[in-house]
Amino acid sequence: MIGIIDYRAGNLTSVVRALEFLSEPCMITQDPRVLNDASHIIFPGVGAAGAAMANLSESGLDLHLKKWVREGKPVLGICLGTQVIFDHSEEDDTPCLGIVPGCVRRFPADLEAEGRKLKIPHMGWNRVEFRQGHPVFAGIPEAAEFYFVHAYYPSPADEGWTAGRTDYGIRFCAAVAKDNLVAVQFHPEKSGRPGLALLANFCRWGGKDAQ
Amino acid sequence: MLSKRIIPCLDVRAGKLTKGIKFQENVDIGDPVEAARAYYEQGADEIVFYDITASAEGRAIMIDVVRRVAETIFIPFSVGGGIRTVEDMRQVILAGAEKVSVNTEAVRNPAIIAEGARAFGSQCIVLGMDVKRNPNDSKTPSGYEMVIHGGRTPTGIDALGWAKEAESLGAGEICLNSIDADGTQNGYEIDLTRLISSQVKIPVIASGGAGKAEHLLDVLTRGQADAALIASMVHFRTYTISEIKTFLQDHGVKTRMHW
Repeated sequence: MIGIIDYRAGNLTSVVRALEFLSEPCMITQDPRVLNDASHIIFPGVGAAGAAMANLSESGLDLHLKKWVREGKPVLGICLGTQVIFDHSEEDDTPCLGIVPGCVRRFPADLEAEGRKLKIPHMGWNRVEFRQGHPVFAGIPEAAEFYFVHAYYPSPADEGWTAGRTDYGIRFCAAVAKDNLVAVQFHPEKSGRPGLALLANFCRWGGKDAQ
Repeated sequence: MLSKRIIPCLDVRAGKLTKGIKFQENVDIGDPVEAARAYYEQGADEIVFYDITASAEGRAIMIDVVRRVAETIFIPFSVGGGIRTVEDMRQVILAGAEKVSVNTEAVRNPAIIAEGARAFGSQCIVLGMDVKRNPNDSKTPSGYEMVIHGGRTPTGIDALGWAKEAESLGAGEICLNSIDADGTQNGYEIDLTRLISSQVKIPVIASGGAGKAEHLLDVLTRGQADAALIASMVHFRTYTISEIKTFLQDHGVKTRMHW
């Protein structure tokens, strides 16, 4: 069973619908006991880092999540879930979970491409250049695009944890892989077939990075 | 780089897909869930639903449509029409929509933009703007005026001023509809689109007037739109979405070509 962490960070039902479509048994809950029994954990989230961190510490889910990552359970972060696994976010200067060393930065205000100012948030479809060989990104065509909506992006302390890069005026880290953890800045549940393929890969993944 | 988005717009009346010209003469043309599914398969980047009934009974039918759409398509979609309260927004979002759009109600009560953004995040809140040309009027220095009630009621509010105000209140995106161009199939209102898009930081979806693939090319380049809304040209099967995207791609506009 796939456990989806519900910590009042936006509407998480689209993740459930995508897994149901893939016929993957799943449960969305804030109950750590139920999540503890799950084979895999999805940590989604939309909204602001500060509120998300407050909800996580209030419910105690922050400590549970750290434990699951430590124990080797396969964990997938999505969007805000991906951002709060780092040490710190520039969004309202928020201390985060510190599961992966690094920080989360805001896109510079003056990004340009082809002589035109780029809009913030980065909203819409963009390509991700994935690192070869990771089972969660296996079989995703090079031309595939994913749906993004964010103003902040992850910046891992170790380049080696960047598993996918995207170009939006700067090349930023759109996917992170570290041991049994994979985290993506885009929304696989809203990214059509390539996104569903990524979710299906994750549900079959044992938690070992092939590299 | 970010792809320009192609977004079919489905007007829904009492659970049926419909298409009007200048907000009149609506004809029922099919099932919105089936149409959404077909557009998803053809490569739509997002889908917009407008509930043009918005009666209590109509709303319940619409929520059911939203739920059925969310079970079968896995791209973002928004729902507008008759959204008056944060509770209306919540219902639509919980049923599976990514975004809600507010139009008339936002003009009457701008606070709903801020309340919605606080409750669900700015990325959920689309400001729908119906705009009519109104040059030579001191109330509307940009030359464009906001109209409400589906284009019937002028407000005296300047369109550019309103777009900036809504952005500062927390709108995450603007869907900019030209009442003058809507339903004509003669092309988008390019000057209006460029004016608004160049003056706000949030993405702008151009709406109203699309009849040919060339019109999309024009509004996504000269008009500086981030996305283009289409209706008749795909509802009446003049084009498929993939044909439009291939045309744009061939003319140097990056679109999502793999789905």
